[in-house]
Amino acid sequence: MSDTVPDSRPRPVLSAKSGTDTFGYVGIDAVLEQMRRKAMKQGFEFNIMVVGQSGLGKSTLINTLFKAQVSRKSCNPNNEEKIPKTVEIKSVSHVIEEKGVKMKLSVIDTPGFGDQINNCNCWEPVLRHINHQYEAYLCEEVNINRKKCIPDSRVHCCVYFIPPTGHSLRILDIEFMKRLCKVVNIVPVIAKADTLTLEERATFKKKIKEDLVLNGIDIYPQKEFDEDADDKVVNDRIRDLLPFAVVGSDKDYQVNGRKTLGRKTNWGIVEVENVSHCEFSHLRELLIRTHTQDLKEVTSCIHYESYRVTRLTKGNPQAASVPTANGED
Amino acid sequence: MAAEKLNPVRNLEGYVGFANVPNQVYRKAVKHGFEFSLMVVGESGLGKSTLLNSLFLTDVYSAEYPGPSLRSKKTVQIQQTRVLLREGGVHLLLTVIDTPGFGDAINNADCWKPVVEFVESRFEEHLNAESRVNRRPLRDTRVHCCLYFLAPTGHGLKAIDIEFMKQLHERVNIIPLVAKADTMTVEECRQFKKQVLKDIQENEIHIYDFPEVDNEEDSKQTKKARASMPLAVMGSNVLVDSNGRKVRARVYPWGLAEVENSEHCDFSVLRDLLLRCHLQDLKDVTNTVHYENFRAQCLAGLAGPADGTRPRSSLGRSPLEQMESERHEQEGRLQRMEAEMDAVFAAKVQEKMQKLRSSEADLVKRQESMMNTLEVQRRDLEQRRRQFEEERQSLEAHILQLEQQANTGLRTLERNKKKNKIF
Repeated sequence: MSDTVPDSRPRPVLSAKSGTDTFGYVGIDAVLEQMRRKAMKQGFEFNIMVVGQSGLGKSTLINTLFKAQVSRKSCNPNNEEKIPKTVEIKSVSHVIEEKGVKMKLSVIDTPGFGDQINNCNCWEPVLRHINHQYEAYLCEEVNINRKKCIPDSRVHCCVYFIPPTGHSLRILDIEFMKRLCKVVNIVPVIAKADTLTLEERATFKKKIKEDLVLNGIDIYPQKEFDEDADDKVVNDRIRDLLPFAVVGSDKDYQVNGRKTLGRKTNWGIVEVENVSHCEFSHLRELLIRTHTQDLKEVTSCIHYESYRVTRLTKGNPQAASVPTANGED
Repeated sequence: MAAEKLNPVRNLEGYVGFANVPNQVYRKAVKHGFEFSLMVVGESGLGKSTLLNSLFLTDVYSAEYPGPSLRSKKTVQIQQTRVLLREGGVHLLLTVIDTPGFGDAINNADCWKPVVEFVESRFEEHLNAESRVNRRPLRDTRVHCCLYFLAPTGHGLKAIDIEFMKQLHERVNIIPLVAKADTMTVEECRQFKKQVLKDIQENEIHIYDFPEVDNEEDSKQTKKARASMPLAVMGSNVLVDSNGRKVRARVYPWGLAEVENSEHCDFSVLRDLLLRCHLQDLKDVTNTVHYENFRAQCLAGLAGPADGTRPRSSLGRSPLEQMESERHEQEGRLQRMEAEMDAVFAAKVQEKMQKLRSSEADLVKRQESMMNTLEVQRRDLEQRRRQFEEERQSLEAHILQLEQQANTGLRTLERNKKKNKIF
């Protein structure tokens, strides 16, 4: 059953109920190392979309999250930019590297969202863009000669910025999230959270959660995709804290001898990474440190698959020519 | 006309006493009380209710009467709240006009219409009351000041802000405020204010300009205030202890943002300007500028009171002429109407007469026929009576005859009796 010769190929485990301990070192766990090496060579892709009215600090937050000037505004140092008359979709891509791991990060911005006097259907361009990415991926997948590695431009996560009114969700917020929670992972955040005191923050969050439940909006992490008890515990903790009250800043200040990112006001310094001040660290944990792969998986297995099902059964009237030779059912 | 020469101010030789006149005015004004109408406009969640409470140091909106933001609205409505404040013997009847639902819907086109209509309706009311023949002392219900709350985006004016201010700057004193000033750092605030002022200038919006004052220290204050327009304010309903004093402040984990500290926000500047120095000026500007504009437009027929159905294009005619011509027209119309009514009346009378006559003829005919019938009946009756008489007579004659016969018989009998005696 078990070889004492260390073999780099994994041996199949014959008993499925409980793993049998090997009598010596086989080397099954070396597969993790191999995967790591491969991943590092290949690099990751992550597409994040930021949606919200202008002036809520989206660009600053993205810069703070990735500790680099990755937002659209930083790439176009044109300060006289006017608010566009319709919602536009602008995407900026960067390759950032940390400890040998490369990440191709795309930030998709939506300037003009919610800024007009008449904001009817301002979610249409956003929906169209997301579906367009799914469509592109589907075309590649369905091709006869497929590429080894299909470039993944699907939106993995949509961060929705809620203005800190302190009262409840606005109609615009509810409408947008209702329509988009079915196509993409939505992570709502309370923008400019240094406006709210702690009590106001708590009441606001409670009201938001009530509104979300009332309108049937399923935000990430969705309850139905919790795989096991561990996941559930972790995700429940996250769900308690949602939506995160964040503050962004790209300026450093000296606080207690350390250099931290913060906002300096006349009555104190708001520390971005201090958990008692705002929940930025939690957001960063979720998006980058713990749930990146999960976000990508949910996008790929669930949202993309449901798009694929509707697309292949009903057909898309706006489709470009799709090759009809598809071997999958 | 010769120009009037300004007589030089003369010094008096003794104490006359008219220096007391301002005191009399003051006493009368205090007795009468003051009115002030303040309108607050802005999206929900910008801290308008809190600011009002802080401004007047009283619970205009409280737990029992919550501010409009806590009651969600689908369309823009106008809500008035009247509060009677008293300080140092002076009464102030404060009317707070709130606009819940402004800018909250998805489609906010025309969300300023209800506001504009409301302001104009107030002017119209005042105009009507003023133009009445029998006037009563009126309460000033016009909107004296509009506090417009800008969301602290950091970028400048939004499209809805520009649109609203353009619609209202000719009708009411607009004071733009940057709401929730504790959102921004000093640098961001300065940048935002600059951008807002630039936008206001570009769009040629006339906001309320605090006037120059005469005395020294107020003038310094006013200068400082004008330099920091638009004012960045924040409010708080909560009193906290700070350095032994109780202050209105917002408690954050990183510090205490005091409302009345001029280094933290411009709230105290707003309060001084609005209440302490320029309340009367706001009312005056409303009266002399905005109201007069409205009145001129209304009477010249250019802007009918919110219905625009005046078809006249009579520019350049003085109002009195206008009134005269209108009166003539009105009289002409009245006369025409009278004539019409007369004609109608005459026609009706004719009709009635016709009807009466025909019914009279009818009646006469009926009468005749009835008379005829009666005649016939009478003749009939007469005949029968004659017959009856005749019969009676014949009967009587017969009876007489019978009686005679009886008598003769009796006499014969008697004669016979007499004759029979012999026998």
